[in-house]
Amino acid sequence: MNVQAQALGGRLLTKPFRALAALLGIAGLLILYRLVNGLGQVTAMNDGYPWGLWIAFDVVTGTALACGGYSVALLVYILNKGKYHPMVRPAILTSALGYTLAGLGVGLDVGRWWNIWRVPVFFWHWNLNSVLLEVALCIMAYTFVLWIELSPAFLQRAERTGTGSIRRFAVRTRPIVEKGLLWVTVFGILLPTMHQSSLGALMLIAGPRLHPLWNTGWLPLLFLLSCLAMGFAAVVFESVLASWLWRREPEREMLAGLGGAIVPFAVAYVWLRLYDLAMRGQLAALFAFDLYSIMALLEFALTAVAVFILLSDVRRRRLGDLFRAAMLLMLAGSLYRFDTYLVAFTPGAQWSYFPSVTEMLVTLGLIAGELMLYIAIVKVFPILTLEKRHVAYHH
Amino acid sequence: MGISRRTALKVALSGTAVAIARPAGAATVPLVAPADAVGLLYDTTKCIGCKACMVACREANGLQADSAASGGLYHAPVDLNEKTKTVIKLYDDGEHRSFVKAQCMHCVDPACANACMLGAFKKREFGIVTYDVNYCIGCRYCEVACPYGVPKFEWSKAAPKMVKCELCNHRLAQGKQPACTEVCPRQAVIFGKREDLLREAKRRLASNPGGYVQKIYGETDGGGTQCLYISHVPFDKIGLPALSDESTPSLQRTLQHSIYKGFAAPIALYGLLGAVMLRNRRKEGPTS
Repeated sequence: MNVQAQALGGRLLTKPFRALAALLGIAGLLILYRLVNGLGQVTAMNDGYPWGLWIAFDVVTGTALACGGYSVALLVYILNKGKYHPMVRPAILTSALGYTLAGLGVGLDVGRWWNIWRVPVFFWHWNLNSVLLEVALCIMAYTFVLWIELSPAFLQRAERTGTGSIRRFAVRTRPIVEKGLLWVTVFGILLPTMHQSSLGALMLIAGPRLHPLWNTGWLPLLFLLSCLAMGFAAVVFESVLASWLWRREPEREMLAGLGGAIVPFAVAYVWLRLYDLAMRGQLAALFAFDLYSIMALLEFALTAVAVFILLSDVRRRRLGDLFRAAMLLMLAGSLYRFDTYLVAFTPGAQWSYFPSVTEMLVTLGLIAGELMLYIAIVKVFPILTLEKRHVAYHH
Repeated sequence: MGISRRTALKVALSGTAVAIARPAGAATVPLVAPADAVGLLYDTTKCIGCKACMVACREANGLQADSAASGGLYHAPVDLNEKTKTVIKLYDDGEHRSFVKAQCMHCVDPACANACMLGAFKKREFGIVTYDVNYCIGCRYCEVACPYGVPKFEWSKAAPKMVKCELCNHRLAQGKQPACTEVCPRQAVIFGKREDLLREAKRRLASNPGGYVQKIYGETDGGGTQCLYISHVPFDKIGLPALSDESTPSLQRTLQHSIYKGFAAPIALYGLLGAVMLRNRRKEGPTS
């Protein structure tokens, strides 16, 4: 039952890898330009829409898509489904990368980035009414927790291939880390529960400027349910993609099981949203077929189709169907976040926002950087389990 | 038997729900303006749109002229912006015609100060909402929060600040009044203690019942503001949003404080999750 994770191996500087590096390079130049000339030159944000793509996607959507580590940890350690253990490490890796990217995104987005360190340090200045403060501290702490959770993978490699003091350090450190890991992992479940729900609460302060289809006291719970569904979906998505990309036999049973685990969260999310809309008398607004109604209906439709696919045992065992359902759920959750942060935010008719090309290129570059790190890490460090590998590499 | 894992999950998920289900149970302290609260009273029936206040504000606060809209000719901002802390706008729909002054409303319960992580925006002496750049990260959550769209960001600077009216508190410290009220030739905007301004506003409404909408905007709107308006034109037409008497940040604050009261829920959840994990591990035996 103990399946060992292994490094994938293989050449690092492949053509796709270099293409990603080029995207990252472009983003790097734009970031430099932004640091010298201010945010207005690179982004389309304005005083009406002070938050744009970088917050709505890089941070709010990005961390939700990076909830794989959270979802799987909940499944394995709390619901005690030990058979999913091989899924933990890859999920934690993508979570760590996703959250690190979000941190970078925030760093670029805030105007006075050199003051960020003051947020965790100046505790006597903490405004305990600020939901953003809680989100910021939680995300900082969780990013740190994720890399600690992942550290045994790096230490394992150092034990095997390191020399001298590095090896000695790894041999000495790994048992200590692994012994305390349980209590770190508890944080790995507590912190996302806190900040993913608070990411929903964040927009409540917009009050009358948030469209009623999204403006509800249930935002925290809705964000929490939807991020769990997105987390499972992201793990399924990556596993299927990795198996196709690197020609590995996928863990069919396990993936089908994960697909099934999504259903209660997705159904609870849809039910709660409809219940809340009905309670607040907003069902008519849902079928008004204006921009807002269409966006909300689209969120529901994407989730419903995914749930329909996942409800069938047969379809859950078909990789193609599973992959499609996972993509739909990731899309639905992303749309929900874009809608809450950008579409539903109505600062007045005189304001408009659509991300600029340069703004999008920076986000694209950051995603490219994340993918590069993922590829490099799974090739060098023992993250993925390869027991059923059946096709050798052909060069 | 110990704690069932189903219970654990339920607790994890319903932690927020429980708190949301009874927001009324949390302490809802009735918010009142501080005793020393000062503010402005603006009267649309008196304003002639001379814009002397805009010029005086710019000089008193060391702001650059905004001549973009006039092709470099005049200080003529279109709205509040990073160079403009107050602006006179014209409303004209054929039927109604009015000037209206915009500046920070100095809310009784300011959304910006609630949002601000390190308290760069804070309600200080005289209830004035002031800005301390040292604790500003430039996150712009204040701009998301403010229902009046008041705080503005310096979009084209490498070291940007937030810009908004601080009721000339540097002039108040010298025993002077704000620049805008000092220069107003018609006392269309006056400075004073909030209580006195409310009394004066009521007097004006009563003395000319047909000439005003019988309401003081800011008395209770959005939880109340220290800058007050009386007008002959409906308030929503001159850019003052229809807000309930509950302050804008109160729902979010009540929710957040119910969930995180004494930080008890997170600590309990941590303990519970830890206990479940320990129990699971003992049952499974040591696995890596």
